[in-house]
Amino acid sequence: MSTHQNAIDVRGLTKHFGKKTAVNNIDIAVPEGQVWGFLGPNGSGKTTTIRMLCGLLNADAGEGTCLGYDFRSQSEQIKRETGYMTQRFSFWEDLSIRENLDFVAEVYGLPRRRALVKQTLEKLGLESRQNQLAGELSGGWKQRLALAACTLHSPKLLLLDEPTAGVDPKARRDFWDEIHMLSGQGITVLVSTHYMDEAERCDRIVYISYGDIVARGTVSEIIAQSGLVTFTIAGDDARQLAGRLRGLPGVVFVAFFGAVLHVSGYDRTLLEKALAPYRADPGLTIGETTPSLEDVFIQLQEKTGGANV
Amino acid sequence: MNGGFSLARVFAMLGKEFIQMRRDRLTLGMLIGIPLMQLFLFGFAINMVPRHLATVVSISDPGPFSDSIVAALANSSYFDVVKATNSPQEARRMLADGSASFAVEIPANFSRDLVRGATPELLVEADATDPAAGSYALAAIPNLVSTGLRNDLKGPLASRAFAAPPVNVVVHQLYNPENITQYNIVPGLLGVILTMTMVMATSIALTRERERGTYENLLAMPTRPVEIMIGKITPNIFVGAFQSALILTVAKFVFHVPMIGSFGLLATTAMIYITALLAVGYTISTVAQNQMQAMQMTFFFFLPSIMLSGFIFPFHGMPQWAQWIGEVMPITHFLRIVRGILLKGDGFGEIWPDVWPMILFLFVAGTIAVRRFRRTLD
Ligand SMILES: Nc1ncnc2c1ncn2[C@@H]1O[C@H](COP(=O)(O)OP(=O)(O)O)[C@@H](O)[C@H]1O
Ligand SMILES: [Mg+2]
Repeated sequence: MSTHQNAIDVRGLTKHFGKKTAVNNIDIAVPEGQVWGFLGPNGSGKTTTIRMLCGLLNADAGEGTCLGYDFRSQSEQIKRETGYMTQRFSFWEDLSIRENLDFVAEVYGLPRRRALVKQTLEKLGLESRQNQLAGELSGGWKQRLALAACTLHSPKLLLLDEPTAGVDPKARRDFWDEIHMLSGQGITVLVSTHYMDEAERCDRIVYISYGDIVARGTVSEIIAQSGLVTFTIAGDDARQLAGRLRGLPGVVFVAFFGAVLHVSGYDRTLLEKALAPYRADPGLTIGETTPSLEDVFIQLQEKTGGANV
Repeated sequence: MNGGFSLARVFAMLGKEFIQMRRDRLTLGMLIGIPLMQLFLFGFAINMVPRHLATVVSISDPGPFSDSIVAALANSSYFDVVKATNSPQEARRMLADGSASFAVEIPANFSRDLVRGATPELLVEADATDPAAGSYALAAIPNLVSTGLRNDLKGPLASRAFAAPPVNVVVHQLYNPENITQYNIVPGLLGVILTMTMVMATSIALTRERERGTYENLLAMPTRPVEIMIGKITPNIFVGAFQSALILTVAKFVFHVPMIGSFGLLATTAMIYITALLAVGYTISTVAQNQMQAMQMTFFFFLPSIMLSGFIFPFHGMPQWAQWIGEVMPITHFLRIVRGILLKGDGFGEIWPDVWPMILFLFVAGTIAVRRFRRTLD
């Protein structure tokens, strides 16, 4: 292997579908062994980017490497050392759990196949259900099976496309423990998600909107970059306030976090002015907070949302 | 290890495909059910060329000539002469109440006209509620009558026996398919049924993976296009072989189609034909985005196959352009081969002119299939 530093290192990645630009000139460099979160609203180009990285879509422009291989011309090599978990469950529902694993092991030409499959089934805790059809599994189990199957060949890079969509919280937590364990073994992970708590578990985040990267960095960097000021309003009357605050000068967006209303904007004085009439209300407690990642993402989505439709 | 063709991966694909085929009972049932259904429908429809149709003969001019005509009708398997009467009214009544399907009327002065050298008319009335049912029998009448009268036209009348028909039978003239029809149709069905089921079965091969989202996974793995193709096609070769055996068994034991030529030769050419069809189906599946499209494209191939191959219309009766298209279709050659081997006992030398076009077709279709295969989702 070469002594490359970045497992993924691509520049100017671009993809058009007809007239539409799905991915627009983006750069991503993920150092080996890190877990990166890939965020952005639906249709922003996450899946398209991941597919280009593992050679499932031809990029219209861009250059760079995955695992040291040229991502445009050496996709066969990249595929061998990459595990790709598709957004939609893509193993064979009319094959049993065991048959799916067996097929994957055989396709990758893995040695001692029977032992490996047996071991994987044990690790998954699916030994007793190994002959059940994959299509009969629940969402959480399907996702575990998919992860086990796409890591069967010990890849160096994992590309996970919304792996936890529609999965219960406990299963999500277990899933992330597994990812951190794999990362501890030196595997590089790029995972797309819509969940804030998952984003916060990543070393770095890339936020993409309509094909453009609009924010990147660690959680605190992204929050700092946003330049956002956020006030909180708690109390019985807070519910009625949301509508009245929306649209006032300086108020960029208003969102509830539980029972607490977050009012965010860029200009502190304008925000203070907007809130001034309610300071006196004894039923309301007004304070200030560091914007959460979710505040920042809502803001990013609002800011870029209308621009490119 | 990287890059090259891998037998292990082919086996992986084969294992997967065989399991999936076994689990897909509906498709498997169809692949066996369709041939049987078609075979029996077509086979018996042809078998049911109606015979032993109740016939009444009304004789207004008794004599040796009428006796011969009645005997000729009675001897043919088409007609059962249920009554000979001298009353045309009675004959018409029997026709009307359904006790006879045919009424043959020998008019007065029939013998006199015949002897004088005029051409008397023989009036045939048929129960027309099912016009198709009687058409074969009707078509047979002129011949039966001429043959029947041949013995009577002796001495001074001998010249009339083999000249133009001595009698003008007033019926529609159709070509006579007695004897050979069924023998031609059933072997032809082998070609037609295989075309339909084989192309259909593979046309959904990749399409189904695409629809289910598993295609993306297959592409993300190090499987190569050729390996996938072999994995997808091979199980259907077995199905095709099974279908062929089934059809030939039914042909032999139910329809008593003669099988004169070499079975090994037939099996070998059938394999080439089946593989060529599978390559067509696979090409369709590289293009079709969903199963509906795959079906449409299958019929797009199927229709000219049965229309222009000589199965439905006599090949040399078709216009030149249609013959050219027909020559491209593997079924055209396969039909000639099957009929040649089964009915005429043709050997390799005789069928070779029809074997190589199939091989060429297989090669071209296979190449297109592999070329068309996309390694990406673009
Ligand atoms: N195969 C395709 N053909 C045409 N448009 C596509 C195709 N795949 C994705 N797109 C479009 O590209 C954009 C990005 O899609 P995608 O990468 O799936 O977004 P995400 O995964 O972030 O939700 C969307 O507008 C989508 O409609
Ligand atoms: Mg997506």
